[in-house]
Amino acid sequence: MRGLPPAAITAIVFVVGFALCTVQFPNFASTRVAANLLTDNAFLGIVATGMTFVIISGGIDLSVGSVIGFTTVFVALAIERLGVPPLIAFAAILLLCAAFGAAMGAIIHFFDMPPFIVTLAGMFLARGASFLMSTESTPISAPLYSTVSDFALRLPGGGRLTAIALIMLAVVAAGAVLLHFTRFGANVYALGGSRATTALMGIPVGSMTVRIYMLSSVLAGLAGIVFSFYTAAGYSLSAVGVELDSIAAVVIGGTLLTGGQGSVVGTLLGVLIQGLIQTYINFDGTLSSWWTKIVTGVLLFAFIALQQAMLGIARRAGPRKAGVLTS
Amino acid sequence: MMPSLLQTSLLQRLLQGRGLAQIVALLVILAVDRAVSPQFFDLRMQDGRLFGSLIDVLNRGAPVALLALGMVLVIATRGIDLSVGAVMAISGAIAASLADAHGLPLALAAALGTGLLCGLWNGFLVAVLGIQPIVATLILMVAGRGVAQLITEGRIVTFTAPDLVWLGNGAVLGVPAPVAVVLGMLIVTGAVVRGSALGLLIEATGGNARASELAGIGTRGMILAVYVWCGLCAALAGVIAAADIMGADANNAGLWLELDAILAVVIGGTSLFGGRFSLVLAMVGALIIQAMNTGILLSGYPPEFNLVVKAAVVLIVLLLQSPRFADAGAVLGRARQ
Repeated sequence: MRGLPPAAITAIVFVVGFALCTVQFPNFASTRVAANLLTDNAFLGIVATGMTFVIISGGIDLSVGSVIGFTTVFVALAIERLGVPPLIAFAAILLLCAAFGAAMGAIIHFFDMPPFIVTLAGMFLARGASFLMSTESTPISAPLYSTVSDFALRLPGGGRLTAIALIMLAVVAAGAVLLHFTRFGANVYALGGSRATTALMGIPVGSMTVRIYMLSSVLAGLAGIVFSFYTAAGYSLSAVGVELDSIAAVVIGGTLLTGGQGSVVGTLLGVLIQGLIQTYINFDGTLSSWWTKIVTGVLLFAFIALQQAMLGIARRAGPRKAGVLTS
Repeated sequence: MMPSLLQTSLLQRLLQGRGLAQIVALLVILAVDRAVSPQFFDLRMQDGRLFGSLIDVLNRGAPVALLALGMVLVIATRGIDLSVGAVMAISGAIAASLADAHGLPLALAAALGTGLLCGLWNGFLVAVLGIQPIVATLILMVAGRGVAQLITEGRIVTFTAPDLVWLGNGAVLGVPAPVAVVLGMLIVTGAVVRGSALGLLIEATGGNARASELAGIGTRGMILAVYVWCGLCAALAGVIAAADIMGADANNAGLWLELDAILAVVIGGTSLFGGRFSLVLAMVGALIIQAMNTGILLSGYPPEFNLVVKAAVVLIVLLLQSPRFADAGAVLGRARQ
């Protein structure tokens, strides 16, 4: 068990789940279902990638769902009401999100406050701001939107790998490289291990915190743009509760909620497991969608209990080893 | 003996300046409400129940006040309970589906019993398995609403049982029933916690769990107990919310109220780092939130404005509470001397 990384356990759960679904519904194992799984969860995959960085660094970001909602409204109003070209609107919202994340990170660091309550304030602020802009759903009819939604790589077997699924896969790949192969990524793990030690090692804790929350908010903004592609509309109530889904995906993906351990690939698998449950419910047709929440809760508990058990083993093994060395 | 004990300690704390800021804030907000709506302080008696905007603030604030009453003890142990909104949805669903067929006593017992069980589950995860409170209660927050949907089978369950409806719309000596329930719970909680050493032990657990354990305090039992109490308060809030609308809506009952409850506790000066708490000031915090909500509604601003104002309030209160800010204050104070 100790040699097996938690992400591998997540992978096994996903494969077993997929196999069980296939046994029950022979049509399940098709590229069409697999491609839809990626498309339907594209925005969740992007936002959960950002959440992975935050949680590994020992923090939490509750504002992401509201940032997605804000982004869809902002983009829709800018394009439809003000006639701003879509690409300029995207650049503007990503800048705005970066500033928003940086502000939250700065408050967390400089005032030494729990991330959960600061991002809670951010959540209220972003949701409130999107309500103030518009409470109605604004359809987006810009030509770029139909081009993007028509674009897809055709897979053998009838699956369509859509543009937003490709964006998500690219973000996950870039996130994995950033986390596992750069100094920034190494610092993120260090922060999650121990803030005090990290500071003593000479790593600029403040600027790291600011950049991590900036990354999370920018990815939430990107997820919002993807969400607006997905629904072709901007609505202030969109993506309510997505922060919980993405935290659940990160935890099911084997990332330690206390920080210091985890992987982006595991998070993607966590997202796909949640998508799998939803797809199973759609295939079944008689179950209701609230079962998704219950099963997600059960999986969440299973993975947290597993983490706790592994931590317990590690702690008990620790002193004994030390005792052997000194005697 | 009990009320006098509560009074003196409250008076002492006021004299020490603790709680002054909250009470002044509440008075300022009420004054603003009065300026927006001149009839704000008008009270009238109708069908044996008081009516008026002020009573409305108390009445609408009752569910959050109840949640805050449980939450304040959890936060005092350096914990947090994110699941209270979901527990409200579950208990409301149970009470609503049982009330018509089985009567109030059974419905109430089942709903409150479920709340206790939910609290026990959270407490077990935190105290026995040693899981971080945010994470442990996240499980029930995610799954709980699904369970509530399961109970109501996805519908909005309505009921007509008059005794359950009374809990939402009735009155005790002119005081609306929800307000009376909050007052009752506040007195019971205050008597148990501040009338004995229990409150001190809870604060010790939050201040330093390890040191308290070594000093002989049963910290596990203490933590378990506060989550159970929080679950019970949440269940009661759920029943009242269901009684108020004569139905249970598993999707929307108690939605985001966990955040309001945490906000009320934080406004009440209880530190998120545990170690000290004030029941009465948490109630004042809940009233501040509701007075703001009502004020925004009365002033004709769109209710959406609410969230932005709340965000600003959270931020200001947190900045005032932050250790960095306190350091700066201490330095200034020394410089003045």
